[in-house]
Amino acid sequence: MFTIECPWCGNRDQSEFTCHGEAHIARPLNTESMTDEQWGDYVFFRKNTKGIHYERWVHAFGCRRWFNAVRNTVTDRISSTYKPGEKPPAN
Amino acid sequence: MNQHLSDKSGKTELRLAKGNGVDTGVAVSFTYDGVSYQGVKGDTLASALIANGVRLVGRSFKYHRPRGIFTAGPEEPNALVQLGEGARTEPNTRATQVELFDGLVAHSQNCFPSVKYDIGAVNSLVSRFLPAGFYYKTFMWPASMWMTYEKFIRRAAGLGKSPQQQDPDKYEQLHAHCEVLVVGAGPSGLAAAKSAAASGKRIILMDEQSEMGGSLLWNGATIEGKPGVEWARQQVAELKAMPNVRVVARCTVTSYLDHNFIAAAERISDHLPLSEQERAPIRQRFWKIRAAQVVVAAGSIERPLLFADNDRPGVMLSAAVRTYINRYAVLPAQEMVVFCNNDSAYATALDAKRAGAAVTVVDLRSSEVVNASAAATLVRDAGVEILAGCAIAGINGKQQIRSVIVQHLSGDKRSLSGEPREISCQVVAVSGGWNPTVHLHSQARGKLEFNNDLQAFVAAGNVSASDEIALMNPHLMSGACNGEFDIAACLADGWSKGLQAAGSSADSSSDSSEANAGGITASAAEADGLCSKVAALWTVPTTHEIGQGSRKHFHDLQNDVTVADIHLAAREGYQSVEHLKRYTTTGMGTDQGKTSNVVALAVMAELRGTGIPEVGTTTFRPPYTPVTFGAVAGQYTGELFLQERTTAMQPWHVANGAVFEDVGDWKRPWYFPRGDEDMHAAVQRECLMVRQSVGLLDASTLGKIDIRGRDSAEFLNMIYTNAWLKLAPGKCRYGLMLNEHGMVFDDGVTTCIAPNHYHMTTTTGGAARVMGWLEEWLQTEWPEKQVYCTSVTEQWAVTAVNGPNARKLLSKVTDVPLDNEQFPHMSYMSATVAGVPARIFRISFTGELSYEINVPARYGLHVWESLVEAGDEYDVCVYGTEAMHVLRAEKGFIIVGQDTDGTVTPYDLGMDWIVNNTKADFLGKRSLSRSDTSKPDRRQLVGILTDEPETVLPEGAHLVSAVLEKPPMPTEGHITSSYFSPNAERSIAMALVTRGLSRKGEKVTAQLMDGRTVSATIVDPVFIDAKGEHLNG
Ligand SMILES: [Zn+2]
Repeated sequence: MFTIECPWCGNRDQSEFTCHGEAHIARPLNTESMTDEQWGDYVFFRKNTKGIHYERWVHAFGCRRWFNAVRNTVTDRISSTYKPGEKPPAN
Repeated sequence: MNQHLSDKSGKTELRLAKGNGVDTGVAVSFTYDGVSYQGVKGDTLASALIANGVRLVGRSFKYHRPRGIFTAGPEEPNALVQLGEGARTEPNTRATQVELFDGLVAHSQNCFPSVKYDIGAVNSLVSRFLPAGFYYKTFMWPASMWMTYEKFIRRAAGLGKSPQQQDPDKYEQLHAHCEVLVVGAGPSGLAAAKSAAASGKRIILMDEQSEMGGSLLWNGATIEGKPGVEWARQQVAELKAMPNVRVVARCTVTSYLDHNFIAAAERISDHLPLSEQERAPIRQRFWKIRAAQVVVAAGSIERPLLFADNDRPGVMLSAAVRTYINRYAVLPAQEMVVFCNNDSAYATALDAKRAGAAVTVVDLRSSEVVNASAAATLVRDAGVEILAGCAIAGINGKQQIRSVIVQHLSGDKRSLSGEPREISCQVVAVSGGWNPTVHLHSQARGKLEFNNDLQAFVAAGNVSASDEIALMNPHLMSGACNGEFDIAACLADGWSKGLQAAGSSADSSSDSSEANAGGITASAAEADGLCSKVAALWTVPTTHEIGQGSRKHFHDLQNDVTVADIHLAAREGYQSVEHLKRYTTTGMGTDQGKTSNVVALAVMAELRGTGIPEVGTTTFRPPYTPVTFGAVAGQYTGELFLQERTTAMQPWHVANGAVFEDVGDWKRPWYFPRGDEDMHAAVQRECLMVRQSVGLLDASTLGKIDIRGRDSAEFLNMIYTNAWLKLAPGKCRYGLMLNEHGMVFDDGVTTCIAPNHYHMTTTTGGAARVMGWLEEWLQTEWPEKQVYCTSVTEQWAVTAVNGPNARKLLSKVTDVPLDNEQFPHMSYMSATVAGVPARIFRISFTGELSYEINVPARYGLHVWESLVEAGDEYDVCVYGTEAMHVLRAEKGFIIVGQDTDGTVTPYDLGMDWIVNNTKADFLGKRSLSRSDTSKPDRRQLVGILTDEPETVLPEGAHLVSAVLEKPPMPTEGHITSSYFSPNAERSIAMALVTRGLSRKGEKVTAQLMDGRTVSATIVDPVFIDAKGEHLNG
């Protein structure tokens, strides 16, 4: 069980957080003009990265705020966390 | 044969005058297998049994062979006992770790009817039918063979028995944080704690034993000019006096998890006399520690030698024999043979000799090596015969050793030569070298490397700065678990690791100079040879080939696995460590192979003609030793196991005989039986009374979210499928929420309280999920929108008043007009009800005239009671969730999660009217036109009427078009809701049926589990009041 740096609260136990998969997938604005395949990509398809992964977390049993984390899926090292809307840090 | 019966004082022939850890003057009574014995204060169950001459303590797992106490610590594979009786009984406790207390009761396990006469021992006779891979081969046989073997295997597989009653003891979880956690209070752990503590930082020192000191309790070392055991006591006293140090004994660090999260189980009352255990406020404490640094000073575990008959009761690890003599004042036997491949066993020979035993040493190493050993020379000078270049070829005696047969090893050490010699003894003390206790390092995802001097795995020394996994769990290995066996070096290592862990030392390189050791001087006991010069002879030959005769070489005593099994696995191609382990079950017992893993790898390496590290290492997993479930659960049992939520009206429900059902964490009244009504009768009556007059439902558990802000309407317009921009203040609207897959995931009524202010309701079970859903979109996708959501579920108590007399009843207690003109269906008013401020919503989940009255929760009970009283003249009925379900089904209203299952769109529900396709977008909209979601043959929600009106179909029953002779039959869908409706005077059901919406009037057949078939018709899911006239009262 690791610890995670909530950008609002600081370092907290993993049990306070839930993970919600790949980050930086904007909801399309032109949903009507999308093909089934394009829409399917947005709804169903996610990267299955080995290594550095940008992902969404929420401090569910804490401040209830969402944020993004950069996690190495091999080592579980979280190199940084940042607020939604902030630019992802370069790795 | 000697009978070592104890007298009242606990003195026996095998009890010595004094030991470092016992008070031989204080007797302690206990019962083992129904016989009363005396031990002394400080004994473990194992030491007390040995003192009483009890050598046979159990039967082995597979062959039911007699087994005895093998160790003096957590690695014990044999002496697993059933401790205690009744609700407090605990299986598989290691007798070597059970502290003796007055009134202790223990039983041997895995034997019937008794440990001496065991019926299962017949397995021994059929042992060639139970080879490695037996279980796998059995499972692959035809199923009928498994049926034959199952009974036999199940009976044989059990170790102890779990208690049948509820655990009467209390446990607690404790969270702790520290800069340095020191695991193990042997010499290096104590040194590490001392040097780290000087920093003033928070230090926790934990040790699993009753007394701290580790090997100093028995190894006779001298530190700073005094006996090691006295030095240890002084260090512990000094550490306890420091305000920044927590010293915790009887506490096993069991698990090392990521980011230095450490779990430990502390035994608080287990060692107390039985009467005090029963009164103890806490039995065990489960620590959850987050440590910045961990110093692992967990010591080492001795290895056995793999020789013929090495599982006989009386074969013990050499250091265990020494521990019993020096710490527990017990001489394991009056005649002993010490059998070794390294120098560390000579101290055992000397201590046993000095304690009065007749001792012979059998050393596998050549006379040149033995003659060069200082330790051996000392022992020989003390009058002990040393047989170098020799091996034990077998043991005479089954339940107790009578003698050993010793023979010379041939030149290649693969066979025996010369005349066999028989040596009389009752105990064989073996040492095959030492394994550093790397379990926690391994759990911390640390790597291991093989040390050729020690012939053992040690923690890999250098961690590269790019090794993220290793850096994730910063810890330092110290002392014997770091491969350091010299006492002075252990102290130096501990001292320097303590400094390093506390960040007090700029120089992190460990050097064992005296300055770095904090000035501690130390020397080992006489003849305490280091665990060096280990002879790598893993399988000691006997008079016949491995697996060819009656003498077995056991390497895993707990799981009863022999060297012959490893040979078989190798022959059958199971040569990698992971295959070997699973095929032979090596190391898969409760001891996790603490004494067996490395020797098993070594034998496989021998067979493959390769090195041990090439075969692999085994991964140690938490927990280090078994932890009782009670400790893990801590205080979170009974009422604290799961939070129970109740509404403001709960006292009334309880006082009026409600039967409750669990809905999420909520306790909701299910029905309110009157007289001797059963559930069916009560629910039928409640349903009738609501539609005939008026009923009250406690609807407080519905999720409620207060939504405010400039962009609220626009937000709702995206969240729901229908139109929300023009909802006027005072108006209510029903909405469906879809996920982006287009599937229904919640529903409810949302009301415009005032401009830019809404009151949303959700399902009871979906409240938290919906709140999270709203927040997710607001925070991550539309942060610019000014919308603020607040959960107010607990703030409002809700009473739903339903039925033709609802208006009359409510008008008695409120000040607002309730007629259809001024307060129409789907509207809201702020009002006073029973003298308190209220929000009244005219919405209906029954199809009847209905008002949902929301009041601040603190007034909930008062308003409820006022409504019950006002309803008296209308024969008001208080009803529960079951009647609520029937009433809504009579109208065809869905329950999300019952009639939907995450695969159902609004169109599948026949609710096209709620999808506003003129809106540019809403969540899930685009998915509704995907090829799959819009295909015609989807499952669709319909009503089902059985041909026989009395037959109520079971929910979940599958529907078929054509009944075949036997299953499987292609299913057309399944029943989602099904009841007997007293208002429709027949059974009613809802179902998801393929193309159901276009099949109304068609026949289907329900195929039931008991083989019956029930014929029914697909209909509209509205079973009463199709025109909706009841809504107006
Ligand atoms: Zn937070």
